[in-house]
Amino acid sequence: MHPAPSVIFFTTFSGLGFGLLAWLGIGTPEVTGWTAFAFFAIAYLMAVGGLLASTFHLGRPERAIKAFTQWRSSWLSREAWCAVGALTLMGLYGAGLVFFETRFGLLGILGALLSLATVFTTSMIYTQLKTIPRWNMAITPFKFLSLSIAGGALLAGQVQAAIILLLIAGGIQAATWVMGDKALTGSGTTLGTATGLGQNGSVRAFEPPHTGTNYLLKEFVHVIGRKHAAKLRMISIILMVVLPIVLLLLPFSHFLAVLALASHVAGVLTARWLFFAQAEHVVGLYYGKR
Amino acid sequence: MTTLPQQTEKKLGLVIDLDTCVGCHACVISCKGWNTENYGAPLSDQNAYGADNNGTFLNRVHSYEVQPEAGAAQLIHFPKSCLHCEDAPCVTVCPTGASYKRVEDGIVLVNETDCIGCGLCAWACPYGARELDQAEGVMKKCTLCVDRIYNENLPEEDRQPACVRTCPAGARHFGDLGDPDSDVSQLVAERGGMDLMPEQGTKPVNKYLPPRPKDTLPDAGVEFDVLAPFLEPVADEPKGFLSWLDKTLEKL
Repeated sequence: MHPAPSVIFFTTFSGLGFGLLAWLGIGTPEVTGWTAFAFFAIAYLMAVGGLLASTFHLGRPERAIKAFTQWRSSWLSREAWCAVGALTLMGLYGAGLVFFETRFGLLGILGALLSLATVFTTSMIYTQLKTIPRWNMAITPFKFLSLSIAGGALLAGQVQAAIILLLIAGGIQAATWVMGDKALTGSGTTLGTATGLGQNGSVRAFEPPHTGTNYLLKEFVHVIGRKHAAKLRMISIILMVVLPIVLLLLPFSHFLAVLALASHVAGVLTARWLFFAQAEHVVGLYYGKR
Repeated sequence: MTTLPQQTEKKLGLVIDLDTCVGCHACVISCKGWNTENYGAPLSDQNAYGADNNGTFLNRVHSYEVQPEAGAAQLIHFPKSCLHCEDAPCVTVCPTGASYKRVEDGIVLVNETDCIGCGLCAWACPYGARELDQAEGVMKKCTLCVDRIYNENLPEEDRQPACVRTCPAGARHFGDLGDPDSDVSQLVAERGGMDLMPEQGTKPVNKYLPPRPKDTLPDAGVEFDVLAPFLEPVADEPKGFLSWLDKTLEKL
């Protein structure tokens, strides 16, 4: 799949933003007034910034409002509802903390649930696609959720929780790589089944339908980054999990905490880039590619 | 509405004969022509005369080489367009309701005024049947020439998809695959019509007729020529003057 910067940015930062909102929703850390304002501002910048970035890949962004209509069948539509619901409830909850020094507990918990639901619906947009076996695995939503909660803990300054959650998220991330590498073969889809010609012999793509490129090849057949996939996986896991944990284990300072966060974000961005760049869409088979 | 209908009254679709297709790409051109000049946004080209040319097509013809375990390889031309799946994954993922499957005939269409161009339907389609038009920013796909097949302004013989109408080899057939007595259903039954990627669970309406195996020689190892009996020498031994000439020349 083409690793579009807008979608990588969106999934990474909205994941972190909604992760932080979930922590704030359950009252960890217990903040009010200006401190609460700072926390909420960071969470909203990330969540809303990510959502706005996602509209950049639309062909017709001016009609984006129509995406709210098909929640009965579409995960993308459900994501839109969850995001607006979470941002509204958490906005009210945050206003209570910032302006009235009051914590509306139920509102916070509902907002936290909707924040996690937003991350879940985002993950389901990818997980539901049978055409991309590497994403079409039950573990995919756990990866998005665990990263969001771990990153949220890092942002919320929950050092103990962040260390444990980062380890869990890193483990799930590694598992998706191991499982994902076998997914396309496991799906049973080959050029033979794609053309129905497999029963007649071994099939080879002889000539493509066009001499130039097309939308399908640009969008679904991305091969450049796969060459360095193994190295990039190491880099991403070190930046995402190992380095932040080492920095958190050192005597606490705000500078180290910011460094841990920056490292984590860089690691998630790398992993998310790989998530797209390594994903093989079965349509590539028609072109003798993957 | 992007929920799929439980059932459609008809299942209009195509039957493509891989045994007959000669790979001339006439269907590609007629499709591009009709769908650029008629219903919906035109199928645009980018940099059409430059080095990196690129454009939107609803129908494309691949060519594959099939090597059986024994015998000669076969070259198969393989036209591919929307299969108007019964369980169309492209429809259910659509967030805006732009993609839908018609209850009356099962055709999968895009309402271009509702499409936000998110591309998710193209991600969900295993066949590469949907292409996002780069000029218009909306998703384009085969309409089964919905503006031809019911069009009473056209002569009756033209009320079929442009690709079917234009195919010089008769490799494309259009009809109701939901009616077991229709010509296309009969053809599918007779020739063992198949689904593409059945494991994806999309239940495509369009069917492909497998290529027949290449002719084999009736007696392997022995040279066989249908014309040989007619070409055998009529006279084995020369007679008369020729015989005398033959013998005389041998002696010289």
